Amino acid sequence: MSDAIRADGLVKTFGATRALDGLDLTVRVGEVHGFLGPNGAGKSTTLRILLGLMRADAGRATVLGGEAWRDATALHRRLAYVPGDVTLWPNLSGGEAIDLLGRLRGGLDPRRRAELLDRFDLDPRRKARSYSKGNRQKVALVAALASNVELLMLDEPTSGLDPLMEEQFREVIREEQRRDGRTVLLSSHILAEVEALCARVTIIRGGRTVEAGSLDEMRHLTRTSVTADLTATADTAATAAGLAGLSGVHALSADGDRITFEVDAGALTPALARLAAAGVRGLVSRPPTLEELFLGRYDRGGDAPAWAPR
Amino acid sequence: MTSLRGTGALTRLALRRDRVLLPIWIYTVGIIPVSLAVSFAHLYPTAADRTGFAATSARNGTFTALYGRLSGSSLGELVAWRGGFLPIVSGLLSLLVVIRHTRAEEEAGRRELIGSTAVGRQAGLAAALVVAFGANLGTALVTAVVLSLRGLPVAGSVAVGLEGAAAGWIFAAVGAVAAQLTAAAGAARGIAVGVLAASWAARIVGDRGGSVTPGGPGGALEWLSWVSPIGLVQRVHPYAGPSGARVWWVFGVAAGVAVALVAVAAALSARRDLGAGLLGDRLGPPAASSAFRSPWALAWRLHRGLLAAWVVGFALLGLVFGSVANGVTDLVGDNPGLRETFARLGGRQGLVDAYLATVMSLLGMIVAGYAIQAVLRLRAEEVSGRAEAVLASAVGRSRWAASHLVFAALGPTVAMLLAGTVTGLVHGAAAGRVGRETTHAVGAAAVELPAVAVLAALALALFGLAPRLWPVSWGALAGCLLLGVVGSGLNLSHWLVDVSPFTHTTRPPGGSVAATPLVVLGLLAATLAAAGLVGLRRRDLPTA
Ligand SMILES: Nc1ncnc2c1ncn2[C@@H]1O[C@H](COP(=O)(O)OP(=O)(O)OP(=O)(O)O)[C@@H](O)[C@H]1O
Ligand SMILES: [Mg+2]
Repeated sequence: MSDAIRADGLVKTFGATRALDGLDLTVRVGEVHGFLGPNGAGKSTTLRILLGLMRADAGRATVLGGEAWRDATALHRRLAYVPGDVTLWPNLSGGEAIDLLGRLRGGLDPRRRAELLDRFDLDPRRKARSYSKGNRQKVALVAALASNVELLMLDEPTSGLDPLMEEQFREVIREEQRRDGRTVLLSSHILAEVEALCARVTIIRGGRTVEAGSLDEMRHLTRTSVTADLTATADTAATAAGLAGLSGVHALSADGDRITFEVDAGALTPALARLAAAGVRGLVSRPPTLEELFLGRYDRGGDAPAWAPR
Repeated sequence: MTSLRGTGALTRLALRRDRVLLPIWIYTVGIIPVSLAVSFAHLYPTAADRTGFAATSARNGTFTALYGRLSGSSLGELVAWRGGFLPIVSGLLSLLVVIRHTRAEEEAGRRELIGSTAVGRQAGLAAALVVAFGANLGTALVTAVVLSLRGLPVAGSVAVGLEGAAAGWIFAAVGAVAAQLTAAAGAARGIAVGVLAASWAARIVGDRGGSVTPGGPGGALEWLSWVSPIGLVQRVHPYAGPSGARVWWVFGVAAGVAVALVAVAAALSARRDLGAGLLGDRLGPPAASSAFRSPWALAWRLHRGLLAAWVVGFALLGLVFGSVANGVTDLVGDNPGLRETFARLGGRQGLVDAYLATVMSLLGMIVAGYAIQAVLRLRAEEVSGRAEAVLASAVGRSRWAASHLVFAALGPTVAMLLAGTVTGLVHGAAAGRVGRETTHAVGAAAVELPAVAVLAALALALFGLAPRLWPVSWGALAGCLLLGVVGSGLNLSHWLVDVSPFTHTTRPPGGSVAATPLVVLGLLAATLAAAGLVGLRRRDLPTA
C-alpha cells in the first residue's frame, strides 16, 4: 500500500457541464502533493469525490485503501479536510468550532492545537461571524492540523492568508513532513507555495490531468533558457548558425557577442559543446519555474505536450 | 442621492428572491377580511343577530385581547374587529422581510459583494423597505377591492386594508432599525419581534378595562393602545366607530412614525461599518465544553433558540385558547347557525370539544411551519457549506440528518402537547373538570401530529430527492392553511379539501377519533421520510 490516493478516469458532469473528464491522480503515502489547475478546472470537485461527498459518474477513487464513496465515513476518521470556502456556524466561537470539527473526526491533540493557535495568531474566543475569510480558514486549518489523522486534504488553504501567515503555513506543513510523514494533498493556485512544499504535482485543466510527476522530472521535460556571452574572438554568427542547426534549440537570438536561446533537455549537451568550442565568457542558465510549466499548461489545450513551443 | 444608487436593481433582486412568498402573503392576508365577511354574514344574517353577538363578544376579555375592542355591530365593524390580528400578521411579515433582505444578506456576506459594485450604501435598506411597503400596499389593495365587491362600504374597505398596511409599514421600519443594531440576523429578528410583542401586549392592556358595550368609552389605560402601533392603527375604526366617523388622521400619525423610524435606520446605517452591528458581539469561550462533541450537540446548539421560542409561544397560545374556551358556549348562545357551524367544523361532541378540535387543527398547521423549518435547516446547512465540514468528518449522512430531524419530530410534538395541556388545564380549571378537559385537549392536540409529520416528511423527501424544490414544502403548508381556514367557508369539492392532511385529523376530541386516517397519514409520512433519507444517501452533497 504505497498510494494514499488513487483516482482513475474520474468523470463528473453537472447537467451540461463536464467538470471532470477522465481525471487521474495518484498521491503516494507520506508525500506533499501539489494539485494545480486554473479556476473551474475541477480541483474542488475532485476533492469532493475523494471525500465521498459526490459520486463520480465513471472512474474509480480509492483513498487510504478504501473506496471513496462506499467507505466514506470510516475513511473520514483517518483524514482531515479543509474546504476551499470555509463557512462556520456564526454563533460558535472559533475555539468551539475547532474542537467540534476535531472531535467529530475522532479527537485532536490539545498541545498541537494551542501551539497552532499561537502560531497562526488566532483568537479562539471570537464568534465565527466576526472572523475574516483568512481567520475562518485558520480555524479549519487548526482543526485539521491538530487532528490525529494520516491524510490532509487541503483545498486552496492559503487563499485568504496574508504573506506572514502563508509562511507560517509552509513551515507547519514542512514540520508535519519531518515529524510524522503525513500525506498532504494540497490544491493551490500559488505556485511558489507548491514549489516550496511539493515534490510531486498534478496539473489539471478542463477536468483532465495534463501533467503529473515530480517537479524535477517536469523540468527535464521543458526547456532551459540559456544566455551566453561569447569571448571577443569567437565568431558569434557561426556559433549561432551552428546552434540553430540543432534540433531542440528554440527562440535563438544573437546580439553582439551575446546569444540567448531555449533548449530542450535532450539537446543540452550538444548545445553546450558548441558554446564551449566557441569560447564562453559568461553563462546564465535558468531552469523553468513552475510558473512557466503552469502557464504552458494553461495556455494550450490539455493535449499539447509540455515541451511544445509557446 | 448617490447613496441610493442601485436601489432599483436590488429591489428587482429582492422581488425575484421573494417571488413565491410575496404573492402568497398578498393574496392570503388580503382575502382574510372577505372570508370573515362571508362567514359573519352567514352566521349572523340579521342585524339583531349581530347586535346580540356584538354585545356578548364585547364582554369577552379574551376576544378583546386577541382582536381589540369592538366598536359597533354592523357587518363591517365585525369584520374589522375580527380582522384585528391582521395588523400583527402584516407587522410580523414586514419585519421579517426587511431583515431578510438587509441584515441576513450582510451576515451571509452577499451584501459585501454587492456593496463593492456601483451600489449606494443605503440601496440595500431602501430596496428592502420598498419591497415591504409595496407588499403591504398590495395587500391593502386586495382587501379593499374584494371587500367592496362583497358589498361593504368602499371607504371603510379601503380603511381596513390600510389598517393592516400601516402596521406593516411601521414594523417594516422597526425591522430596518433592528437590522442596524446587531451583527446577527437572528438577534435582529428577536429585537423586532420583541417590539411587536410588546406593542401587542400594550394594546391588550390598553383595550381591557374599558366599557363593555360596543363602542363605549375606553378605560384609564387606553393611552397604552394609542402608544402601541397595533392599537394605533385599530383606532381608525374603518366602518365608522364610536364617534360616528372613521379617523383618517391616524394613518397620518402611523406614516409619520414609519418615516421617523426609517430616518433613524438610515442614519444608523450611514454611521456603521458593513457587517458590524451597533451592539457589539460578545466573546465566546476559547474552547468547547467537553460535552460538545457530536452532531447531536451541534444540532442542539443550532435549534435550541427557535425551539424554545416555539414552545413558549405555544404555551401562551394554550393559555389564550384555554381561557377563551369557556366563553364559547356563551357566544354561541342560542344562535342556531353558529351552533351548526361549530358542529360541522368539529363533529357532534359538544361545542367546547368542537372548538378545541378547531383550535388544535389551526395550531397543528402553525406548528407544521416549525417542523418544515427544522427540516429545511438541513438544506441551509448544505447550501452554506457547513454541512460539508461535518460530513467530511466521521459523521455519516444519516446521522447528520437525524441530528436535525429529531427537532423536526420532537419539537412539534412537545409544542402541541404542551399547548393541549395548557389549554385543557386553563379551561378545565375554569369549568371545574380539569381531568376531562385536559385529556380531551391533549387528545385533540395529539391527533394533529400525523398531519404535521406528513408535511415535515414531504420537506424531507424534497430535500433528499429534489433539493432545489424545497420551497414546495412551504407551498404545501400554504395550501393546507388556505383549505383549512378559508376552504371550510367556500364549499369546495370534497376531494380537494381531502388533499390536506389536516382535513383527516379535524375530528372531535371526545373519543371518536377515526384511527384509520391517522394510521394512513403516519404510513405516508414514514414513506416520504424514508424516500428522502434514501435520496440523501445517494445524491451529491452539496447539490447546487
Ligand atoms: N455542484 C455543482 N453544480 C454544477 N456545477 C458545478 C458544481 N460544482 C462544480 N461545478 C462546475 O464544475 C467545474 C469545476 O468546478 P470546481 O469547483 O471543481 O473547480 P476548481 O478547480 O475547484 O476551481 P477554483 O480554482 O475556482 O476553486 C466548474 O465549471 C464548476 O462551475
Ligand atoms: Mg475550488
